[in-house]
Amino acid sequence: MTTSSRENDWAVWMRAAMAGDAGAYRQFLVSATPHLRALARSRCRGFGVPVGEAEDIVQEVLLAIHLKRGTWDQTRPIGPWVAAIARNKLIDVLRRRRHITVPIEDLVDSLQAEDLTPELSARDIDTLLGHLKPQQREIVRSISLNGSSIRETADRLQMTEGAVRVTLHRALKTLAVFYRSSARED
Amino acid sequence: MKTDDLIELLVKDLAPWRFRSILAGAVAGGIIIAAILFFVGIGFRPDISEAVKSNRFLFKFAVTVSLAITAIWVTLSVGRPGGSLAHRGLALAIAPALLVCAAMVELLVLPESQWTPRLVGHNARFCLTLIPLLSIGPLACLLAALREGAPSSPGLAGAVAGLGASGIAATFYAANCTDDSALFVITWYPIATLIVTTAGYLIGRKLLRW
Repeated sequence: MTTSSRENDWAVWMRAAMAGDAGAYRQFLVSATPHLRALARSRCRGFGVPVGEAEDIVQEVLLAIHLKRGTWDQTRPIGPWVAAIARNKLIDVLRRRRHITVPIEDLVDSLQAEDLTPELSARDIDTLLGHLKPQQREIVRSISLNGSSIRETADRLQMTEGAVRVTLHRALKTLAVFYRSSARED
Repeated sequence: MKTDDLIELLVKDLAPWRFRSILAGAVAGGIIIAAILFFVGIGFRPDISEAVKSNRFLFKFAVTVSLAITAIWVTLSVGRPGGSLAHRGLALAIAPALLVCAAMVELLVLPESQWTPRLVGHNARFCLTLIPLLSIGPLACLLAALREGAPSSPGLAGAVAGLGASGIAATFYAANCTDDSALFVITWYPIATLIVTTAGYLIGRKLLRW
């Protein structure tokens, strides 16, 4: 598949997602992930970071894409937008890992590389989940690990669906803050 | 956690929002706060009904409004990932260019003996304090909106937001100030704007990382 037809798909899915289509949103994220993974692995190799940590980077970038999705200008191509978010996070992560200053020019925005290895688990996120409030953690676990829907989670925890949604959203925002502050602590 | 599980989590959190709408809300909020402060604490100059017939008075608004509009338009661009001054930055030259032209005309039409008194004016101290004061609300609103954005360069985004906030604040202040000469405006307004822009840069560098 060529870059432009892939990015066309991404743009179509993302436009539908921004209109509320969850299925299209999943397709976009699933399709972007292998490219983010290939990029993260090649950067890890390039900067001497263990490749095993690439999946942590992929997850942090996916979270950033999610939280910043409203900044994509739908009249512009989506590839450069994804690349700019990935670049911002890669600079952060590589600085954190290596205690070095990463020259920005070295981070090519190409998302071309293909890598079909199945996804691995990331470890950082499990550590960070441990810092969430108990209710946030419970909801995150329920939806991600058990694959429950918002409604099932709400019924089980005797909450309203709205409250579950709000808690989930706060949890994701908090996770992004944790990622950043772990960058500063080092 | 597996990445597929994370994706499920993100999909469940899908709700539509646009950075553009958030920024528009922030601009409206900032204008309202500055307006309240203006009407409660400062108000129009006493001779406002005469002043609106003067071209010098009206031209101040051409400068301040164009600064506000161009800077907010550029904020929309630098608040997005990969945004830089390359796309829209040139628009920021419009307000200074208008002001320089007006100042040159002023030098041509005024006798030389009038240059210094007009430049010094009567309200320099108010200009340097009221513009930064009026811009606090708009700057806070714009920075809050930018936190939802994703500026590749946080300091730059904060600085451009500072320019936009100055433009809003200066528009209100200009309706109070009795110094209408472009020589006054080109001397003092940019200093006030620089104070706000520097504040925006420093706060943005800390606050707008994501």
